[in-house]
Amino acid sequence: MFKKILVANRGEIALRAIRECREMGIRSVAVFSDKDAAALFVKNADESYPLGDPEPNSSYLNIEKILGIAEKAQVEAIYPGYGFLAENPKFVEACEARGIVFIGPPSYSMHEAKPKHKSRDLMKKNGVPVSPGSDGAIDDASGMVKAFEVADGIGYPVIVKPSGAGGGIGMKVAKNKEELQAAMDYAKSLGSEAFGLPAFYIEKYITRAKHMEFQILADKKGNTVYVSDRECSVQRRYQKLIEEGPSPIMTPDLRERMGADAVKVARILKYVNALTVEFIYSMDNNEYYFNEVNTRLQVEHPITELLTGINLVKEQIRVAAGEELGYSQQDIKLRGWSIECRINAEDPFMNFMPAPAKLIAYNPPGGFGVRVDGGVYAGYAIPFEYDPLIAKLLSWGRNRNEAIETMKRALKEYQIEGVKTNIPFHIVALDNESFRKGDYTTHFVEEQGIVKKLRELKKAGVFT
Amino acid sequence: MSQERIEAPIPGKIVSVAVTAGCSITEDGEICVLQSMKMQNPILSPVEGTVVEVKVAAGQTVETGDLIALIEC
Repeated sequence: MFKKILVANRGEIALRAIRECREMGIRSVAVFSDKDAAALFVKNADESYPLGDPEPNSSYLNIEKILGIAEKAQVEAIYPGYGFLAENPKFVEACEARGIVFIGPPSYSMHEAKPKHKSRDLMKKNGVPVSPGSDGAIDDASGMVKAFEVADGIGYPVIVKPSGAGGGIGMKVAKNKEELQAAMDYAKSLGSEAFGLPAFYIEKYITRAKHMEFQILADKKGNTVYVSDRECSVQRRYQKLIEEGPSPIMTPDLRERMGADAVKVARILKYVNALTVEFIYSMDNNEYYFNEVNTRLQVEHPITELLTGINLVKEQIRVAAGEELGYSQQDIKLRGWSIECRINAEDPFMNFMPAPAKLIAYNPPGGFGVRVDGGVYAGYAIPFEYDPLIAKLLSWGRNRNEAIETMKRALKEYQIEGVKTNIPFHIVALDNESFRKGDYTTHFVEEQGIVKKLRELKKAGVFT
Repeated sequence: MSQERIEAPIPGKIVSVAVTAGCSITEDGEICVLQSMKMQNPILSPVEGTVVEVKVAAGQTVETGDLIALIEC
């Protein structure tokens, strides 16, 4: 096992990794920008080193600075978390070149997973279901001509996806030929400008879709298991807000089939460590399709931990150190239900405008079935340079209803002053009838008028 | 004629400025884009008028309440 690990991240995930290091008897090293000097993850690390300028490119994305500290501090491994350098194959290669273990997949797997049209083709070739659409990359006039033929064949609406983008950036739905032309022109120019990659692909657009994903763990010996499924359909502008596990529509048979395909995806990528395989589930024809992989731990991973008792961060560290999983698919048992609400510093009454500010009061909820993964405290100033996540609030219950009731109780108990948060959004969403029934899609927030309902409740004095 | 003070609603970094002094601007016209917490927030003019002064430049960071521009309407 490693003796010393550098955590190349910030906020709650950095604190989380440092906590696991402590429990495993591993010395932890934090790196921090000027704005994070007083952050909890820095206070809790065994050693910490400054990165200076808070601008991400100068700090948490700066490979040379981070590896320089790793060598100086003589660490054996680097824990990347999510975001920043977690999915950057150049960083993995730089670690590999210096003999530092990257706690994540080999660079080979990362290269196979991107750009997105490549992994789509690879999965299709190997028999993993993909949504009907184009083959390979489209980036020129002749490709666009073919795209129209594909669209005529599969039928409108179609969705155009830039190959290099993540998080829904540049994706556009086209209902006819004219819209398809516009969407392709947009994807091409956005792709070139933002990612240096004009390539895109088109797929049949699934109007009533659920976003479902499978957590995978794989060791170096080739033992690969799916740990649990999660559903992340409650989104706003492709940003996940509420996640749950299992999916309300999951059945043992469907889980077995999707899980087997998720394991297949991991094997195709020759994957080692923690992986998430995303699927789009069509509520129109009850089929599922491979969407993309995330070659890192996900924000919502604690749902899987609460359902299975498997500590995914510890597993990542163990696997990276060369240990075997030590259990097989049959050993993994799901218990109860879990929900995660992302508590963000943003104003749900002002079009979700970011709200970086100083926390005047901060008292997170507790009690049976409540877990808070955070990294803040009263007096801490939430900086504007990074994402708005204050904490992840999770609930667990023996069944879905219990998990929802526990979550509602915890949300109402959460005391945050000085910073506007999206807690009112969560309270309204959890009370929505479609959500309660589990009958919701990725259009939930707009279709159910959650934001409008919030404004009404504010007017009525329910929220201040 | 009155002057409208456009102030930063939140802290962040100015990533682009769309107007210069002397420009005319429509109601809801973009003055600049303020990036905060990885989100691009367009700062729009609440009034129609003429830009008297622009107090920010791309790359600059601002705090809540910092003056961004003065608009005469």
